[in-house]
Amino acid sequence: MMRLAFTIALSHLLSRRRQTLVSLLGVTLGVAFFLAVSSLMQGSDNDFIKRLVDNSPHVTVYDEFRQVRPQPALLFFPDAAVDIRSVKPRTEVRGIRQYKEKLALIADFPRVRVAPVLVGQAIVTFAGKDLGATINGVVPDLMTKVSTIEEHFVAGSLETLASNPNGIVIGTGLADKFGVRMGKNLTVTSPVGVVRTMKIVGLFRTGTAAYDDGQAFMLLKRGQDLLNRPNVANRLILKLEDPDLSPSVASAVEAAIGYKSQSWQEASQDLMSLLKVRRIMMYSVVAAILIVASFGIYNVISTVVLEKTRDIAIMKSIGFHARDVLAIFLIEGATVGLAGSLLGTGLGFAMMLGLSRVEIKSPFNTEPTALPLDWGLFPVALGIGFAMASSLVAAFLPARKGASVHPVDILRGAA
Amino acid sequence: MTVILRTEALTRVLAGVIPVTLVEGIDLEIARGEFVAIMGPSGSGKSSLLYLLGLLDVPTAGKIWLNGSDTAGLGEDALANIRLKELGFVFQFHFLLAEFTALDNVLLPIRRLGALSAREARAKGLQLLDSVGLADHVNKYPSQLSGGQRQRVAIARALSNDPLILLADEPTGALDTRASGSLRDNFQVLAHSKQCSVVAVTHDPSFAKAADRILFLVDGKLQPPDRAAELFDMSVR
Repeated sequence: MMRLAFTIALSHLLSRRRQTLVSLLGVTLGVAFFLAVSSLMQGSDNDFIKRLVDNSPHVTVYDEFRQVRPQPALLFFPDAAVDIRSVKPRTEVRGIRQYKEKLALIADFPRVRVAPVLVGQAIVTFAGKDLGATINGVVPDLMTKVSTIEEHFVAGSLETLASNPNGIVIGTGLADKFGVRMGKNLTVTSPVGVVRTMKIVGLFRTGTAAYDDGQAFMLLKRGQDLLNRPNVANRLILKLEDPDLSPSVASAVEAAIGYKSQSWQEASQDLMSLLKVRRIMMYSVVAAILIVASFGIYNVISTVVLEKTRDIAIMKSIGFHARDVLAIFLIEGATVGLAGSLLGTGLGFAMMLGLSRVEIKSPFNTEPTALPLDWGLFPVALGIGFAMASSLVAAFLPARKGASVHPVDILRGAA
Repeated sequence: MTVILRTEALTRVLAGVIPVTLVEGIDLEIARGEFVAIMGPSGSGKSSLLYLLGLLDVPTAGKIWLNGSDTAGLGEDALANIRLKELGFVFQFHFLLAEFTALDNVLLPIRRLGALSAREARAKGLQLLDSVGLADHVNKYPSQLSGGQRQRVAIARALSNDPLILLADEPTGALDTRASGSLRDNFQVLAHSKQCSVVAVTHDPSFAKAADRILFLVDGKLQPPDRAAELFDMSVR
């Protein structure tokens, strides 16, 4: 029966060639634009997330706690009615206590790399000009394993710090402000009044102005000395083989060592929700395109049902069931939907290929960059699925009308 | 005599603000291989009776037995299956599918039935078209055939499922005298040689004369045989 239904459906569609072509074109363009736009959106999302994931730690352990530590009295008498008021918190030395032990503990986690960092503020001076900077005391060989900063060096490297205890690495933004290059000496003054003269042994440019203008790296030991915080690290930076596991690893680390551990997803919650909103907007617009396209299918099948009422009556008088008639018109909708989806997929990929060749040049970047595109198959499946669903829904309404035709009403009218 | 179709007090009333009685109290028996003509003035309920006999319409009251089985209370699908397997229809207008060739139109019920292989179905379709004298027109579309040829394709289609009864509604209505004569001969052969009962609604007395029995409907009621003969004579005059 399905073969017969398909033959009849095809003959109906061919009998309204122009209308069928228009509705086919609607689905084709709908699917093609859906693929091109979603590929561009998903590509830019992926590019953004990749930059975020690559350029920021997957998990950062801070020298702070999410919740205030419980009072010993509460721990000692958990079931008692203890009420403690006017507690004066003890002044604690900031930093992760016994960070080396915690570092070793985290290093035992599977597929996790970890590095300690001491972050603090300092004033950098050159030729009478003072600029504030965030200094990062790092262990170079560990830092290179958890950060992509090494990829952004335009001169020197992080490793150079190991052989230059008084070396400092700064961003090109900061260097440009001072008008300095490699090998120049800068004076670094910490908030506790320690002053050190440090030689520039590396320059980096990430492309993020705030980072390039305000970050500096030095050896962890030198940072501890400068900030007068010997044997202290206030950050542990984790890099994971699978960044998507960051939330669970952050929870496990926090449970193990107690300090606040933040995944990159948690740190970028606002950006992630922005991406989600962007995605919802895109899918809404593209869904609207496909819904409009499905009106074309509704139109052609309604016309065919109207034109072929007599044929429906004769088929039912021969012995076709209502569901056979329903199947014929649903096949018509599905055929237009499927053909439109396949053509749309081809056209969509052609558009994506064209878009991938478009290069955009930023005024702040010398190198032209290609439009980020995602070539994943999920949007294809989604586009085809949505086009098929809307085609079937559009076909169902006139098909149901066709299936309910009472042959006697038509035969009596024709006689 | 094997009764193939029997009705008892068959009545069909169209519901509405003013109900319209189409046929009323029809008691009827059709034997196997019998050629029956139904005559009557326009609006007397001939076609309505045919639609009831063909299970296209459901009676308001009364019963229909087809080949000994009561058809009352059967659902739409069951009735469609009976039409597919045991009944054949020919209408005043050929009602062929315009996008299908003569052969494809004939094969429609066979393919829906799905009992024959593609090759067997094609062979049967060709044989049926040959039997109605259209062996040279199998691949022609309805628009390429004359009115008489189209009607013969419709007859071939109606016979493709080897029906117990062929129901024809004004089959000669759109045909010239020659084509009508040929169709009448076809029906006679069908009934008498192939034992397929034929029930044909007609206005044409010369066509009806070829039937084994003529029934006459007036205002939805079947007339007694002597009155029917009287009315037939009047229609001839």
